[in-house]
Amino acid sequence: MVRLFGPNPMNILVCVKRVPATTTRVAILDGKRLNPEGVEFVLNPYDEYAVEEALRRKEAAGTGKVTALSLGTADAQKELRQVLAMGADEAVLLAHAEAGFADAATTARQLEAEIRKRGPFDLLLFGKQAVDRDQHGVGPMVATKLGIPCITEVVNLDIADGKVTAEREVEGGRETVSATLPCAITCQKGLNEPRYANLKGIMAAKKKPLDTVQVDLSGAVVEVLEMAAPAPRPPGRIVGEGAAAVPELLRLLREEAKVL
Amino acid sequence: MSTILVVLEVRDGSVRPVSHEVLGAARALADESGASVIALATETCAADAAHLGAAGADRVLVGAAERHSPDGAAATVARVAKENGASCVLLAATARGRDQQGRIAALLDTGFASDCVAIDAKGPVFTRPVFAGKALIKVQIHAGVAVASLRANHFAPAGRTAEAVIESCSSESGKSEVVEISAKSAGRPDVAEAARVISGGRGLGGPENWHLLEKVADAVPGMALGASRAVVDAGWRPHGEQVGQTGKTVSPELYFAVGISGAIQHLAGMSSSKVIVAINRDKEAPIFQHATYGVVGDALEILPALADELQKLGLQ
Ligand SMILES: Cc1cc2nc3c(=O)[nH]c(=O)nc-3n(C[C@H](O)[C@H](O)[C@H](O)COP(=O)(O)OP(=O)(O)OC[C@H]3O[C@@H](n4cnc5c(N)ncnc54)[C@H](O)[C@@H]3O)c2cc1C
Repeated sequence: MVRLFGPNPMNILVCVKRVPATTTRVAILDGKRLNPEGVEFVLNPYDEYAVEEALRRKEAAGTGKVTALSLGTADAQKELRQVLAMGADEAVLLAHAEAGFADAATTARQLEAEIRKRGPFDLLLFGKQAVDRDQHGVGPMVATKLGIPCITEVVNLDIADGKVTAEREVEGGRETVSATLPCAITCQKGLNEPRYANLKGIMAAKKKPLDTVQVDLSGAVVEVLEMAAPAPRPPGRIVGEGAAAVPELLRLLREEAKVL
Repeated sequence: MSTILVVLEVRDGSVRPVSHEVLGAARALADESGASVIALATETCAADAAHLGAAGADRVLVGAAERHSPDGAAATVARVAKENGASCVLLAATARGRDQQGRIAALLDTGFASDCVAIDAKGPVFTRPVFAGKALIKVQIHAGVAVASLRANHFAPAGRTAEAVIESCSSESGKSEVVEISAKSAGRPDVAEAARVISGGRGLGGPENWHLLEKVADAVPGMALGASRAVVDAGWRPHGEQVGQTGKTVSPELYFAVGISGAIQHLAGMSSSKVIVAINRDKEAPIFQHATYGVVGDALEILPALADELQKLGLQ
């Protein structure tokens, strides 16, 4: 399952997701889901930090393996090839046509089952959230199911002699959390600077193993009843120009909007 | 009678204010469905019966952990939820709550709804933003127990006259532990929780001009500082202040966007604010299409005037 190999993490798993780009203008289909028509899909931005961290850990250890795992549609092969091009050794796609709509619990169940088959791993890395459902849940759920510690939204990570010390941002400060390997980490911006795949990497990625396994996503407990656009904002207005507009702005904030 | 379990967030031995909003939501839900409210602090804290009773709790359980253990705390919550047959476990959608919700749901073999902005007692049905607020979904959790975290500034604290029963409970230990918390921005609330926010963008010209924003924030009680990604990437401001799709999502009563163009990723993080004020030199800047009130002009000239006028108001 998940176990410690040596003093430094060598067998590393990184979980990634194909998501709509952050520039996506959301159009809704059937009142329930994103209309994928014309949407550009990318590797989840937070997962880039997870991939980078995995590669750096392997490089620091001088040995080991980085496996990328994704639950996604068949198209998610593109994102997995990107991760292989960045430097991961092999990739596994848990494929389902409706994977983009799976809730965190369903996703976690699928990932957990595959991790139990493919492990043992010393370190599991995730993005802190996928920028589609924004749930922040898959990393800690998988770790909990596997019975290993998890540190979330990490901006600073130190691993030495099997001991993990991580910093995470909390409201108004930072928290330092300690744990031991095997451990799961969800990655936040600030942890590292993700590399770009170079031409050599892209060529090499074509020959790296990418397994596709069909999965069954039935049994979800979270049902989406409805998806809707947020209520449009009432039209605003320009109060005036320059510092001269300040008294009128404050009058409106106090008397009309009543927020001061 | 069914039970709603609220997980209190404790820092430095006291219950954080955002937990009062969660208690308020739980109370409203309980009153509608005839449930009772148990508030649980997994760490030792100064729990006061009158205070937490007024905030909505019927019973308060105070754990024995000296330090927060992320996995230990989740195990304590799951145990208490099972012991009391909870139908719903509610947390604040803070760094702590986001960390805990998935673990608790996994231990209870259920799903969860993150960062909810509304709850309908019938169901219950949870409303939550997706795609960084570009859409809202309504979800129902088909399991014996539902787990949900609630966004700050969306649920009113309860105000009632009641005393809660306070009991102690044991805490589970875990394989990870918080060994240190360092507060950075002493005095100012966090941008994700504040009711009023002033954010600066590249239009401020450089970090040396941030004292102009700080002066405005000093004149308004409870005002937090925010920033666009451009200025965070440039190293002018810490990442903890970034508002937007890859920063914090905020929905204060009042949001000032100063020298911020209004890119879709920034809007995603703040467009649900009640009142938005935009200050920008370019009258064509996209931010004006989303602002309640706009002032066109040089921020470096407008901010000092704004700070002066606000100081004169002597806001408390
Ligand atoms: C994957 C991804 C994620 C992203 N996530 C985020 C995010 O979370 N948050 C975020 O903010 N951005 C995010 N961005 C970046 C976003 O696209 C914009 O680049 C960024 O918001 C721009 O910041 P800005 O408005 O400060 O700067 P600019 O776009 O450069 O705008 C500066 C504005 O200041 C005005 N100005 C200039 N001088 C003055 C003056 N003297 N007085 C008044 N106004 C002046 C200008 O007219 C202009 O409108 C993301 C981008 C990507 C690709």
